[in-house]
Amino acid sequence: MAENGTKKLALIASKGTLDWAYPPFILASAAASMDWDVGIFFTFYGLPLLKKEINAKVSPLGNPAMPMKMPFGGEGLQKVNWPIPNLLMANLPGFEDAATALMKKLFKSKNVATIEELREMCVEMDVKLIGCQMTMDVFGFTKEDFIEEAEIGGAAAFLSYAADANITLFI
Amino acid sequence: MAEVKADKVLDCTGLMCPMPVVKTKKALKDLEVGQVLEMVATDPGSMPDMQAWAKQTGHELLEAKDLGDKFVFFIKKTH
Repeated sequence: MAENGTKKLALIASKGTLDWAYPPFILASAAASMDWDVGIFFTFYGLPLLKKEINAKVSPLGNPAMPMKMPFGGEGLQKVNWPIPNLLMANLPGFEDAATALMKKLFKSKNVATIEELREMCVEMDVKLIGCQMTMDVFGFTKEDFIEEAEIGGAAAFLSYAADANITLFI
Repeated sequence: MAEVKADKVLDCTGLMCPMPVVKTKKALKDLEVGQVLEMVATDPGSMPDMQAWAKQTGHELLEAKDLGDKFVFFIKKTH
C-alpha cells in the first residue's frame, strides 16, 4: 500500500516476445484504471519493450504448446490447432516472422489491443516505467533508445518501489 | 425502479480486456461527481471485471445488465 493508502502493483517484465509482452501491459493498464499505483521494471529481454519502436516477435521455439490457430477461414477451421514440430520451426527460414504475423492477425481479428496501444494507455495513466540500468549497459542501450516517459533504475530502485506494494509479479 | 439515465454513453463493443475498464476510467474523467456513465461492451469478461473495477475504484455500479449478446453498465461517478 502506498503511503496515501492507494493500492500498489509492482511488475517485473523480463521477457521480450510478443506473447509475453502482453501480460505486464494488460495487468498494468487494468490496475491503473482502478486508480492503483503501478510500476513496471523492464529487465533483460523485457527491456526492448521500452524502445520507441517495439518489434517484439513470437518465438515458436521452446513454445511447443503454442496453438497455431488460423485467424481466417470458416469457424470450424479457426478452431483447429495446427501442431508443428519444433525441429521444423527451428529450421524453416522465416518461420518466426510467419508465426508473429499470424499471431498479430489473430489478435487483431479478435480486437485485442496492440502492445503499442496498451503501452500508450499505461503512459497516459501514469504507470511508472523503469528500465534496468545494468541490462542497458550489457546490451548496449541508451536512454535515447527508449520512450521519453521511461525512467532508469537498478535493482534497489525496483525493490524500494515494490517494498510496500500489495502485489508483486515477475513476468 | 426508475430507469437509470446516463449523462454519457461509452461504446466498448468489440473491445477485449483490459480496454473496457481502461476506457471507462478515461470516460469518467469528463463527468462531474454524481453523473452517470453508460458503458456497452461485448466482452463477457467485462461483467466480472466491471464489478471488480467498481469495488476497487469506489465508483458506484448502479446496474449491470447481461443482454445476451452485449453487456450494459451504468456507473455513477462518486469522487
